[in-house]
Parts: sequence; C-alpha cells; structure tokens
Amino acid sequence: MDLSNIQLDKHKRLRHFLTIEGLKRQMLTDILDTAESLSGVTEQTVKKVPLLRGKTVVNLFFEPSTRTRTTFELAAKRLSADVLNVNLEVSAASKGETLLDTLRNLEAMHCDMFVVRHPNSGAAHFIARHVAPHISVINAGDGRHAHPTQAMLDMFTIRRVKGEFYKLRVAIVGDVLHSRVARSQIHALSTLGVEEIRIIGPRTLIPRHYEALGVHAYHDMNEGLRDVDVIIMLRLQHERMSKALLPDEHEYFRLYGLTIDKLRVAKADAMVMHPGPINRGVEIESSIADGLQSVILQQVTHGIPVRMAIMSMAMQSHIPVPAVEA
Amino acid sequence: MRILIRNGHVIDPANNIDATLDIAVADGRIVSVGRITDGFTAERDIDAGGLIVCPGLVDLRAHLREPGQEHKATIASETRAAVRGGITTLCCPPNTQPVIDTPAVATLIRDRAKAAGMTHVLPLGALTQDLAGTQLSAMHALKEAGCVGVSSAMTPLGSTLIYQRAMEYAATHHLTVFLHAEDSSLADNGCVHNGAVATRLGLPGIPAAAETVAVATALALIEETGIRVHFSMLSTARAVRMIARARYDGLPVSADVTAHHLHLTELDVLDFDSRCHVRPPLRSQRDRDGLREGLRDGTITAICSDHQPHEADAKLGPFSSTATGISAVETLLPLALQAGVDSHISRRDIIARLTIGPANILGIDAGTLSPGIAADICIFDPDGYWTLSEANMASQGHNTPFLDWELQGQVRYTLLDGRCVYEQGI
Repeated sequence: MDLSNIQLDKHKRLRHFLTIEGLKRQMLTDILDTAESLSGVTEQTVKKVPLLRGKTVVNLFFEPSTRTRTTFELAAKRLSADVLNVNLEVSAASKGETLLDTLRNLEAMHCDMFVVRHPNSGAAHFIARHVAPHISVINAGDGRHAHPTQAMLDMFTIRRVKGEFYKLRVAIVGDVLHSRVARSQIHALSTLGVEEIRIIGPRTLIPRHYEALGVHAYHDMNEGLRDVDVIIMLRLQHERMSKALLPDEHEYFRLYGLTIDKLRVAKADAMVMHPGPINRGVEIESSIADGLQSVILQQVTHGIPVRMAIMSMAMQSHIPVPAVEA
Repeated sequence: MRILIRNGHVIDPANNIDATLDIAVADGRIVSVGRITDGFTAERDIDAGGLIVCPGLVDLRAHLREPGQEHKATIASETRAAVRGGITTLCCPPNTQPVIDTPAVATLIRDRAKAAGMTHVLPLGALTQDLAGTQLSAMHALKEAGCVGVSSAMTPLGSTLIYQRAMEYAATHHLTVFLHAEDSSLADNGCVHNGAVATRLGLPGIPAAAETVAVATALALIEETGIRVHFSMLSTARAVRMIARARYDGLPVSADVTAHHLHLTELDVLDFDSRCHVRPPLRSQRDRDGLREGLRDGTITAICSDHQPHEADAKLGPFSSTATGISAVETLLPLALQAGVDSHISRRDIIARLTIGPANILGIDAGTLSPGIAADICIFDPDGYWTLSEANMASQGHNTPFLDWELQGQVRYTLLDGRCVYEQGI
C-alpha cells in the first residue's frame, strides 16, 4: 500500500524517483539543496559531477516530448553519463513487444538508469517493480499520475524567489483533472508545508474528489487568486474542447486566462509560473508571461540542476553505505 | 453408485432444512434426506460429521475462455477448478471467440463441458449478433441449443431502442436478460472508481453514475414492458437501493454481486495493483457496505464469482492497460461465508445466495436437496482454514488479489449427478 517504499533502499536513500507522494520533507529539501550546490560553480559541485561517469542513462519515452527529454539528456551529460534516447511511441507497441520485453532488452545492454515517460498512470511504478535490481527508474511523467521532477524544479524556483514555504498561498490554475504536473506539485507543496494550496478551474477540469489531495477548489479566478503568493498556470490541451470539457479557448481565456486585471487580485509580489510550453492568449497573456513577475524561463533553467540532483542521488543508492557517515 | 452421506449438518435453504441429517443418493439423484432409511444399502459411505452438506453451488458468471482463448484457460481446466470450490452449475457469458450467438457455439461449449464431466455448464447467449449491439441474435435457436438466458456481456448496446427491442424479443422466448448495467459513455475510458484513489493516482475514473444511469434506464424500460431482467454484478450502494425500490414496487427484477465486491474497495488499487483491476470497478467502502446490506435484506439474491482466469502476461503492465478480472471460482465459497460473518448474515442465508437464489434466477431445477432432484452436492468444512497460493490453485489463471489470504471454509467433497467429482486430497 505504501507507494514510497519502492522508491527507497534499505538505508532510506533514494533508489527510484517515481512520485512525490510518501517522500519525507527532509528528502525533498535534500534534493533542493543538492540542486542548489550543483547549479553553482563551487568546488563541491565539481566533486559531485563525475558521479555518473561510466553510467548509461536511457531516456525511455513512450510519449513524444522534446523539452523534458532534452533537459534530462543535458542533466545526465553534465553528470558525465552516457545517454541513450529510445522513443517507443509506435515501434515496440505496434510490433506486439510487451513493455517487459523492451525492459529486458535494455537491461541486457547493461544500462544503469531508465528515465521513463509513458501515457499510462502507474507505468513508472510498474517498470520500477520489474527492472533488475541495479537499475534506477526516474519518472519523467506517467499518464495523469505524476511528474515529480517537474514539481521539484518548480519547488526549487519557488524557494529561490520566496525563501521559505511555510507562509505561502499557492494557486494552481487550469486543467488539474488531467495534469500529472499538478498532482506532483500538490504533493510537493503540502510536504514542504505551504499554508494553503488552491486549485482553480471549471468543474469539468477539477477532480470530483479534490479534497483527497488536501486542497481548496475555486471556480472563480478573482476569488481563487486573492492574496496568493504563487500562481501556477497549467497547460491546456486542445483535445479538451473536442471532449466537451470546455466550449472554446476564448471563453477559457476570459474566465481562467491570467491577465493583468486578475493578477492584481494576488499579492503584489506574486510570482507567475507555467510548466510550459505556453499557449499565449489561452492560459496567459503574453505581457505577463514575459513580465517581471514571471519566472517561466527560470523554471526551464532550473530543470537541469534539479534533474542532476535527483539522478545523482538515485545513483548513490547503488554505492555501499560507508562505515562512518560524513 | 449408491452413496450415503452420514451425519452432516445439512443446510438446504429451499426446503427450510438446517439440521444434522443423512442423505441417500442413488442413480444420480437424491433419494431421501433425513435419519437414515432402513434398507438403503450404500456402496459408498461418506462420513460428514462436523461438515456442512449443502446443494452444489450455482455460479451465475464464470468465464471459461473456451472457445477462442485457450491460452488463458479451458472448459476442462476451469470446471475442474470450480468443483474444488463446491460449484456444480455455472453460467458462462457469451463473450467467447466466436461469441455465443449461434447454436453451434453453445453446443460446442456444452459438449466440451459434458466431456470434462465436472460441472453443469449453462451458456448465456449473446443479446445481439457478435455482441455488436445492433442486430438481435437468433434467441430462439440459442435457447434450443441450451442457452438459459441472454446477455450483453459488458458490451454497449447501440441505442436505448435496441435495448428495449432486445428485451422484448428475449421475453418472447422466455429468456432472462442478464444486464451488466454500465453506461458506456459515462464509463468513458475509465479503469477505477471515480473516487479519492482515482484522484490521487491520476487513473481515469468510472463514476458511480455510470451504473445508476444504466439501472435507471433499464428500470424505466422494465416498467414499460413488464419484462424480467437480472442485473449482474452491482457495484454501487445507490444501484442496490434503486433495485430494492423496484422490487418493492413489484417489478420483476433480480440482482447479484461478485464475492470480491463484498470484500475489496478502491483502496485496494492504491499500489497500482493490477490484480484489483476489475469491471465494474471496486468502489468506495460505503458502496461495499451497501452491497452487503443488499445481500442481507434480500435485494441481492445471488453471489457470483465473475471468474476470469488470465495468463500472467495479461496482468503485467501499467494498470489501465492490463486485462480486467479475477480468477475466482476457488474462492467463491469462503469469501461469501466471510462476508456473511463480517456483516451478520446467517450461514444459511449465504448458502441460499449461492444455491437456490441463483437457481431461481435461472429458472432451473437446481440449488436444492429435494428428493428426486439431481444429486449435486457440496460438502465443506466450515472451520477449515486454508491459505490461497498459486501452488494450490487448480485454475489456469493465478490472477487473484486473495493470494496469501487466510480463508475459512474448505470444500471436502463435490458430487455431480451423484458422482464424486472432487474429494479433497485425492
């Protein structure tokens, strides 16, 4: 029943990174601290960087993605790993090869880490449960379930700007129902102890049992954004219109798009985030996306040290624990 | 063979029997139930002291996978598993390959079952040709070939109009319609109950309304036509209440529930456990309690296994891409008994829901120990504890979340037509 168990080794170190749910606050803080040290050019950084030398990281993508794959690739290379990109959107599935067959083949090539993106919720857990013991699995997004590295880079960005988490009010706006990013952000924010998490959107895009996530739901932007410190806009997929979840983009933008007027309701120093890629004029007004309160490009930059931190920490679990811990 | 079953605690709800008695069997039929008759000489004596003797169980829904999916299981393998669970009559839904929409397929299934010689197998015919939901199947021919009812087997019907006409045509031939009430557009691509767990795991949900809307539609049609309908595998508390109300209003409806829905809830999916991927989905604890309440108050008159054996690969994958269903014939009796203990339903009432209840839904002469009737008998040790393991399963499918559960109630003997088709340890 405990989703976190499989993620940790017997010394409680990170072994796989599949979901934020179930990880302790200290673990998240360690990731943020490690990312902080890796993003600078201190001597400490240099010591940690060669940790993945001689290791092979496989980007195993069952769903198209350029941005996430690229940042994982860069992160792995900056840790001196060899990187193999495997796109399986069509090939394996259409040949009748099962997911397990694919894994066995890659294992046979002596890989050390799988970075997995898959359209089905729970796919990363499934893979982690069935890989050889020397392999670490990093979830790069599974269905609607989780996108934990994205959530951690968002936490990194929030901590850089706001310093502390405990007094923050955070609003997540848009298609929470279908968003793995939102689920992971909600778990990360609540584990890090923010004061309040709100989700804002029409009823068609808010999970029926949102209370299970420990959040407050709003359907009106002007109420939901009142006095918030952090605004996280979610990407709206075009297919939501064809599935009768929304009438059209204009009405969505009018009600839930972030405009100057709506931004005024939030705190004066509220930061504006978006996991990208942005639909300008649908989720967010261009002037805000490019404005002073926006940290959208910083988020992209932070993706690399945060993913370096997570990959190197997961790899450390394969190193025997030293007799005397530093 | 003349068999005497001595000193068993005979529970035969249909005849209001609940006492320590003997049963005499000859020529495949029950001769008498009572203190033993003088002059009955038995070739075989079964000492049933401390054991419960009841009618062989009647399972309204067990997938045998044959024809078409013999890599999952066969009629021979699954009927052998069924008798280990005390089942002597089972219905197989029409979603075989090819589907049971021609007399040939129904006949083939019955012939293979007869050759296996383990349980009676009663096919359910397809409500529409190829289960495509558009054209009616040749129900009269299916009935002649031995189908005891017709079913849509979880496939959607093209329209409410086709639904109504299929019901009317089935009623013309006195075939009970077995409905799995699920509105396919509301179920969408869901794979779990649309509750807290779906929200947390990001799995697409099937709302309770997918069931209640379908039940409401069916009840409206039944009200209009007066046709008898059986609702298979209820999963929500609200649907149970709707059917209770309909029965109170005098509508000719009945309902069953699976043994696993009486025990498991959405929470059992929390680890993306594909063994708990079932249809209808495991719902909330409140729903499970509602199903148990319906079982107690008699709204639900049958417990079925919805046995669905799979090869191991079918359950290996990310949750939503795995096959649905549980290999369940061997756990039907102990899980039903346990549900009785957990929700204060008498053992006699539980046995009724496994025997005469489903037999009445089918309108067949089974599920009782009346003299003259075929001697289909289950003899079990009510105190026998055992642990389910892959090693002790007879079914070809080992896909069950009840592995390693300690179960109470162990079948010792199963008799079919007066023949001992299963004896524990032999």
